[in-house]
Amino acid sequence: MAEISKQQVKHVAHLARLAITDQEVEVMTKQLGDIIHYAELLNDLDTSQVEPTTHVLDLKNVMRKDEPRKWIDREDALKNAPDQHDGQFRVPSILE
Amino acid sequence: MSVFEYTLKELQAKLHNKELTVTELVQASFDQIEAVDDQIKAFLTLNKEAALKQAQQLDEQVDQANHPLFGIPIGIKDNMVTKGIRTTCGSQFLSNFNDPLYDATVVDKLNKENTVMVGKLNMDEFAMGSSNENSSYYTTRNPWNTDYVPGGSSGGSAAAVAAREVFFSLGSDTGGSIRQPAAFCGVVGLKPTYGLVSRFGLVAFASSLDQIGPITRTVEDNAHLLQAIAGHDPMDSTSANVEIPTYSDALKQDVKGLKIAVPKEYLSDQEGVNGEVREAVLAALKVYEELGATWEEVSLPHSKYAVAAYYLLASSEASANLARFDGVRYGVRTENADNMIDMFKKSRSEGFGDEVKRRIMLGTFALSSGYYDAYYKKAQKVRTLIKNDFDKVFEDFDVIIGPTTPTPAFKVGEKVDDPLTMYANDILTIPVNLAGVPGMSIPCGFSKDAGLPIGLQIIGKHFDESTLYRVAYAFEQATDYHKQRPHLGGVKS
Repeated sequence: MAEISKQQVKHVAHLARLAITDQEVEVMTKQLGDIIHYAELLNDLDTSQVEPTTHVLDLKNVMRKDEPRKWIDREDALKNAPDQHDGQFRVPSILE
Repeated sequence: MSVFEYTLKELQAKLHNKELTVTELVQASFDQIEAVDDQIKAFLTLNKEAALKQAQQLDEQVDQANHPLFGIPIGIKDNMVTKGIRTTCGSQFLSNFNDPLYDATVVDKLNKENTVMVGKLNMDEFAMGSSNENSSYYTTRNPWNTDYVPGGSSGGSAAAVAAREVFFSLGSDTGGSIRQPAAFCGVVGLKPTYGLVSRFGLVAFASSLDQIGPITRTVEDNAHLLQAIAGHDPMDSTSANVEIPTYSDALKQDVKGLKIAVPKEYLSDQEGVNGEVREAVLAALKVYEELGATWEEVSLPHSKYAVAAYYLLASSEASANLARFDGVRYGVRTENADNMIDMFKKSRSEGFGDEVKRRIMLGTFALSSGYYDAYYKKAQKVRTLIKNDFDKVFEDFDVIIGPTTPTPAFKVGEKVDDPLTMYANDILTIPVNLAGVPGMSIPCGFSKDAGLPIGLQIIGKHFDESTLYRVAYAFEQATDYHKQRPHLGGVKS
């Protein structure tokens, strides 16, 4: 496994929707590099014959009846929003 | 004697024969908070007016009350939503989340038993941390010595119980976040089996690991609290549909013939377990021998891989779960955004602290194209090996016992600059979450120099909380660590 580069850190920050400063890129490159280096410990183990565990309970798709029921209304849904207009969440422009 | 030294059962008797009122209990809670919370900083939000009003109403219903939790003041970790009461998750991002729309299932269940919620408890931001130093607000202090951390992430929940600010609290545990602070603060903390307690309304960190559990002063109280919150919930699709036993029945049985496994890795210098902690655990095992149990050394050979696997898995799940904090529906929004993507990025960067950003970055990386198999899937396979280690031991033993943490509490500021050193602190609690089994911490000693509590960890089979309570109760009855209290000022009555 390769070291993580500054370029990769910037790319990952974009994917994670985080704005990071140049200084944070420096720190993050070192810290993530250290953590990933540490995680390479796992390569000591041969897991070619091991199934992954995503979840410890023996649960498959849990379905319920598709019935309408009362939940929060529009007014309530909007009351913690930073910005709203005409009963909807307002956001900055999506298109340039 | 202060009212906080009574068990839930004793309190109910005193409420019934009118020696005490609910109002007095709730007032005692707020008096203690006023007296000591400047030092401890366990609470983020208080619910005083509503709590005292509810107490008055409950005082009129005392004669009909028939539940051990009736009228008892409690605190809730601030990552469980409370209808109409600010819920911050210890994060600046949710500093303005003043009006949550519903109660978490656990909060709803406790409300139905007429507990009185006095406030929301401090925590590491989004439950990411082992010291409370990652709270965006302030660092909760250890009631035994305020130079030391209370542990994390449920540091406020454990400190508030230890400091007698509330009778009990709820915490959540993803990699040790109930057990480690319970150990550091000298109280009883249980992480139930994954799926036993509903996660509906718990702000998700790592969904395949998170579990809510009770923090109390005694084992018996802990069993009563778990009874109230356990059970299937249709609102949580990972909630297990299993029959819930009466946990307090387990307290009537002894531990004669009980088979205890002691993993050699959990007493090892290599894992950083210090001498005092090892001695305290060995002394506890001697107590169990005297009570008629037997113990043998075993191996959980994949223990040393648990921390690495955990940080990859938990961070990956967190990076997906925390995508919901986008500044659109709740939380803070940046004031200077050019377009929507810019708004997402700036809002998140302004609202999240360093550790949360670091874990989102790590998780996003581990899930990203080209790295998924090497990191995320590899960690899931190692999780299988760790789970198999536990399954194998439980074929021959009833419980596993070891320390909860390698050392007692460390000083505020001591580990904050080095993420990997901080992570290593969770080495004995993380495997339990990866395996999904229940684990509990109870007090088993104090360090000589600083007088800080040491925690004994008891780990059980899936859905076998009853055995944990039986084993913990036997030790508690034979010792008096749980009767020690930190030397703080406050309520004396």
